[in-house]
Amino acid sequence: MTNTGETLQASTIATGTKKRRNWGNLWKTIAITLLVLLLLAAFLAPFLQMLFIAFSTTDQITELGAPEWPAEAAVFEYGGEVLDVYVVPFEDGTQHELAIVKKGRKESIFVDPANPEEEILWQGSWRSLDRPWTFAPTTENFFEAWNLINFPRLFFNTLAIAVIGIIGTVISCTLVAYGFSRFRFPGRDILFIILISTIFLPAAVTVVPTYTFFVKIGWVGTWLPLLVPHFFANAYNTFLLRQYFMTIPHDLDDAARIDGAGSFRILLSIILPLSWPVIVAVTLFHLVFAWNDYFAPLIYLSTKPELQPIAVGLAFFNGIYGSRPPLIQAAALMALILPVIIFFLAQRWFIQGVVITGVEK
Amino acid sequence: MEAITEFQSRPEKKGAGWRGMSRMARREALTGYLYISPWLIGFLIFTLIPVIASVVFTFTNIRLGSGEAVNFVGLENYRTLFRDTQVWESLLITIKFGLIALPVGMILPIILALLMNSAYLYGKYFMRVLFYFPYIIPFVAAIFIWGAIINPETGWLNMALEGLGVKNPPNWLNDPTWVYPALVILGLWGIGNAMLINMAALQGVPTELYDAAKVDGAGFWRTLFNVTLPLISPVIFYNLLLTVVGLFQYFLVPLVLNSGTGAPGGATMFYNLYLYKTFFTYQNMAYGATMGWLLFLVILVVTIFMFWSAKYWVYYAGDSS
Repeated sequence: MTNTGETLQASTIATGTKKRRNWGNLWKTIAITLLVLLLLAAFLAPFLQMLFIAFSTTDQITELGAPEWPAEAAVFEYGGEVLDVYVVPFEDGTQHELAIVKKGRKESIFVDPANPEEEILWQGSWRSLDRPWTFAPTTENFFEAWNLINFPRLFFNTLAIAVIGIIGTVISCTLVAYGFSRFRFPGRDILFIILISTIFLPAAVTVVPTYTFFVKIGWVGTWLPLLVPHFFANAYNTFLLRQYFMTIPHDLDDAARIDGAGSFRILLSIILPLSWPVIVAVTLFHLVFAWNDYFAPLIYLSTKPELQPIAVGLAFFNGIYGSRPPLIQAAALMALILPVIIFFLAQRWFIQGVVITGVEK
Repeated sequence: MEAITEFQSRPEKKGAGWRGMSRMARREALTGYLYISPWLIGFLIFTLIPVIASVVFTFTNIRLGSGEAVNFVGLENYRTLFRDTQVWESLLITIKFGLIALPVGMILPIILALLMNSAYLYGKYFMRVLFYFPYIIPFVAAIFIWGAIINPETGWLNMALEGLGVKNPPNWLNDPTWVYPALVILGLWGIGNAMLINMAALQGVPTELYDAAKVDGAGFWRTLFNVTLPLISPVIFYNLLLTVVGLFQYFLVPLVLNSGTGAPGGATMFYNLYLYKTFFTYQNMAYGATMGWLLFLVILVVTIFMFWSAKYWVYYAGDSS
């Protein structure tokens, strides 16, 4: 951290010279790496708490003195009764795990699970005692949330909306990006600037008339408002594709044109095969967008729970079961698992896509 | 922004005009228009016409489901807008929140990017993926996950604060003052994108400049403020524009958190939340559109100010190519 110059030099140019690794560098490496690990731990800690809660019972969450991790308090079944087990300290300094038979404010009667015949009298308030907790994750929350929220339905809706949207986005943005990157026509540069500036246009200006229009033509309560606009290209993905297309040499098009290929043929057989990393990125971006989209499905599908995607379903679910954190966390986990898995499988193209759209302006 | 208009291989022919074009050129132009037609049509239907309709709406009394005839009412909506205290309060809330969220949203990604770029970081690639990936988590799920962390009774954040000796840790989302920092915390998982963009920009800084700074005896801070930050300032500017425009439209998180009631005590009644209630809950399209244009105007003024200020702090290398 003391010298960014060195930092960058070492990371960006892999020169043939030997890397000097003296002791000072080793200490810096340890310090920086530890610092980043610490930040990362704080940054990802919510995941751990989510997992812990999602695998715990609601009873454990509300019980005072219960551990953070999914646990179960020990019990002892004796004589047809379920007795709670406590950690009981004795005057000689030893601690024993005993099952409580009779609870009293000043003294209580316990039995030793190993020797249940003999009753043990203990002086003190049983409320001050700890219970021995054992690690016991439960998967019940997942099953319960799955059924309560009708997960298969939400999952199917989200996936269907995402896939149709991906088809629309990839086709339309590819065509538009191809048009902007390969053809000369009057007003092209102005139109491209207009396209980019739509990124900065606040949705508030267009949403009211658009919503009114969709109400009037009877599209509210259907998927159409969530799907049709994606067949007309958007600024981000068009920009990403165009930037990529511009890096493909024109010589390839010219060669194909001499061989008699038309412009669409060139797009299909030359441009697209060379552009698949960026097509993958656009596909992933749209998948994440559809999985995340909350506002449009909310206003267009508020009266049709059976058509809603996961984000809207999850928010409604929280409104009903907010008092049961394990159910909410289990549902949240199920809602994020697919995009997360896909991201980790394809993170390389994803990150490349972000960098192209973000930096090459 | 130069690259947008810069077509290296085949520039648009300037001043040629439709008549002056050869048949081949006309054919090429027509094909070009054909390929961009999905966007042209979409822009017309989903942007241009709505924008015009939105202007028209502001001069009418259009409401959905009221059965009233739609009439022109002149400047009635604008008069209501200026007298509506809720409008100005919610705008103030939005700006107040923005002033807290903006520095966090700008500085944190830069610090992270510097760390991620450090030669002294072990496991670089792995770490950057881990810092980025929460960005793709649906924000509704992220709200509930962070909601558990900042829960005043059972959340780990307050436990950690108590462990550090803080006597009365904040009541976060239930406290009208602490709710803004709490919302910033809820949004922390979104910083990965800006981090990546900053990181890529950092890698684009020519190493000769660092060598020169070193020769001149510049230390870490001097190098940071005189070399690194000026050179990545175009990217910082781009992030700033997007963040500011985004913050003015902030309302989805409070909408999910408490169904748009503005709890606690109206502290989260953001401008866009009020707008959403106006057009969606009350179906008052005319007033909703008017509110939309006020927001547009505010954003426009702020954006123009940012572009003006860019002259003084955004550094474009003499010849970027």
